[in-house]
Amino acid sequence: MKILYFAWLRSKIGVPTETVELPAEVTTAGALVEWLKTRSPRHAEALANSKVVKVAVNQEHVPYDHPISATDEIALFPPVTGG
Amino acid sequence: MAIRVQAEDFDVGTEYAAFTAGRTSIGGVAMFVGLVRDIAGGAAVSAMTLEHYPGMTERQLEAIEEEARRRWPLDDVLVIHRYGRLEPGDRIVMVATASAHRDAAFESCRFLMDWLKTKAPFWKLEATPEGERWVEAKESDDAAAARWAQ
Repeated sequence: MKILYFAWLRSKIGVPTETVELPAEVTTAGALVEWLKTRSPRHAEALANSKVVKVAVNQEHVPYDHPISATDEIALFPPVTGG
Repeated sequence: MAIRVQAEDFDVGTEYAAFTAGRTSIGGVAMFVGLVRDIAGGAAVSAMTLEHYPGMTERQLEAIEEEARRRWPLDDVLVIHRYGRLEPGDRIVMVATASAHRDAAFESCRFLMDWLKTKAPFWKLEATPEGERWVEAKESDDAAAARWAQ
């Protein structure tokens, strides 16, 4: 599964994108965020406050209980600040 | 309809002229232009870099336009949003709406900006004398978008 990071999540984690092998038990956006925290101290720090970690699945905003699968395009980013 | 996400600047007069050319059913156009401010949260801002999520940005803006057209009788909609490095005074965003009557134009223009600010995946990085900092989302923006909930 390919994961994209944007804004300060990208700079804190240190990469704009990474490909991960998803464990079978990780089936929702929220579970993915929890699992990603275990990958490194940088991930854990960047993802610590879930209030400011938003998830998009296939370029749509989704809540944490949204299901995910290996073929989805997943992006994690802070609340948006355009306009 | 037009959604444009671009690094280049745009000319408001040129855009307005193209938007209304030959469209005599239009009774009114509402426009909003957002600019880079030179001060934010008490700190001087020397530059702002806008990052976005190519693909999702266009998709979200198209969905927002679709929703505006569902709610108001609009002749046309234009959304231009820039990304990359901008300086104080530079144009960031332009929204224009055209309708037979002013209420639809005014209301839909405001709606498009309010929704864009909470749904379009853009992030602002400000350069200040203390260094660079990512702009934080405002609760007031969420409240502005929530007013349009149906």
